[in-house]
Amino acid sequence: MNVTITVNGEKTSHEVEDRTLLVHHLRDAVGLTATNIGCDTSTCGSCTVLLNGESVKSCTVLAAQVDGDEIQTLEGLTGEDGEMDAVQNAFQQKHALQCGFCTPGMVMAATSLLRENPDPTEDEIRMALKGNLCRCTGYHNIVQAILTAAEDAR
Amino acid sequence: MIPPKFVYRRAGSAEEALSLVAEYGDDAKLIAGGHSLLPLMKLRLAQPEVLVDIGRVRELSYIRGEADHIAIGALTRYHDLEHSELLAEELPLLAHASGRVGDPQVRHRGTIGGSIAHGDAASDVPAVVLALDGTLVVSGPSGVREIPSGEFFHGPFETALEPEELLTEIRLPRPASSSWAFQKLTSRAIDWAVVAVAVQGRSVGLVNMGSTPLRATAVERALADGAAIPDAAAQAAEGTSPFPDRNASTAYRQHLARVLTRRALEEAGSRA
Repeated sequence: MNVTITVNGEKTSHEVEDRTLLVHHLRDAVGLTATNIGCDTSTCGSCTVLLNGESVKSCTVLAAQVDGDEIQTLEGLTGEDGEMDAVQNAFQQKHALQCGFCTPGMVMAATSLLRENPDPTEDEIRMALKGNLCRCTGYHNIVQAILTAAEDAR
Repeated sequence: MIPPKFVYRRAGSAEEALSLVAEYGDDAKLIAGGHSLLPLMKLRLAQPEVLVDIGRVRELSYIRGEADHIAIGALTRYHDLEHSELLAEELPLLAHASGRVGDPQVRHRGTIGGSIAHGDAASDVPAVVLALDGTLVVSGPSGVREIPSGEFFHGPFETALEPEELLTEIRLPRPASSSWAFQKLTSRAIDWAVVAVAVQGRSVGLVNMGSTPLRATAVERALADGAAIPDAAAQAAEGTSPFPDRNASTAYRQHLARVLTRRALEEAGSRA
């Protein structure tokens, strides 16, 4: 079937198998590889992208289901001049990544959280990240980065 | 993991969904948020030939206060239940339990009707609807029928729904008592409940204590007879035979049911 999705503001249109998962579609057809495939069972959150502005796990969404929708990936956060956005900046400043594999999903989950709740408490951040696993166990700095990003936005 | 091949059809309305499931019959499966169905398809535990996507049927996403009940469209997402002001006011048990399901990503996709129609005894919301004495409104080829939640869940992933039917609305009577509580034990934060207990007034719903969501009828009877909370809660596992798995044995689940029921009744009592 034909699937038309606006990805990071640009309209994309592809012929896909009906069973194509969104994460594979983004990586293989659209060619955006920041979104990682981790557990592939909607547990680890490394494939988190924004669907119409809200976080979802793209390993558990069919490309067909989002035909006509808007998707934002990590690539879409960066400005036209390559400048990182507030959340990305805070992750860098607070050393909120070690191996970096979970980072795209963490940043997108954090972005979704801050849109829904611009002034979260530390507890709220931890609860909001429960669907994102960091195998380096670097959670502390990730939470600090999100607190910083929220502060910077004020 | 990529799911096995299927044909994808999108329904734009409830009527179109009904005509598509009538066309494909047993070969078709309805998909809403897909967060129960797609993982099963990846594992080949479900292999429908046709997926009828009802995720865009906006007419079935609503939370309305009616004269004597709250009406919730089957395609209302957990996220919407969690943040509903109407539910916070009128049915805080459902709002709270919805906010404990999975993680934010799951709650942005998963729907109340999808969870109920899926009929997984480990899901939180079916037991909540059971404890709230909900009614399920179902549309099919022969019209609309209403099924009391107590008659809806038949077995593991088995419900009263026929293949050509569509769950459209969940009706929840305004509770007589304002006391409520939801107690859930998980292994990791995002996991399904090992056991969970939903309390509204003197109604007690049990998650993951058998092949269907259950009411703790022995506890409810004891409370009606004037038993103290610890004595009533001690009967929470009566008549249950929960499955053992890597998280818990049958005996441990029964222990959890008693402990979580006591905590839930005490917590509910503090809200009365």
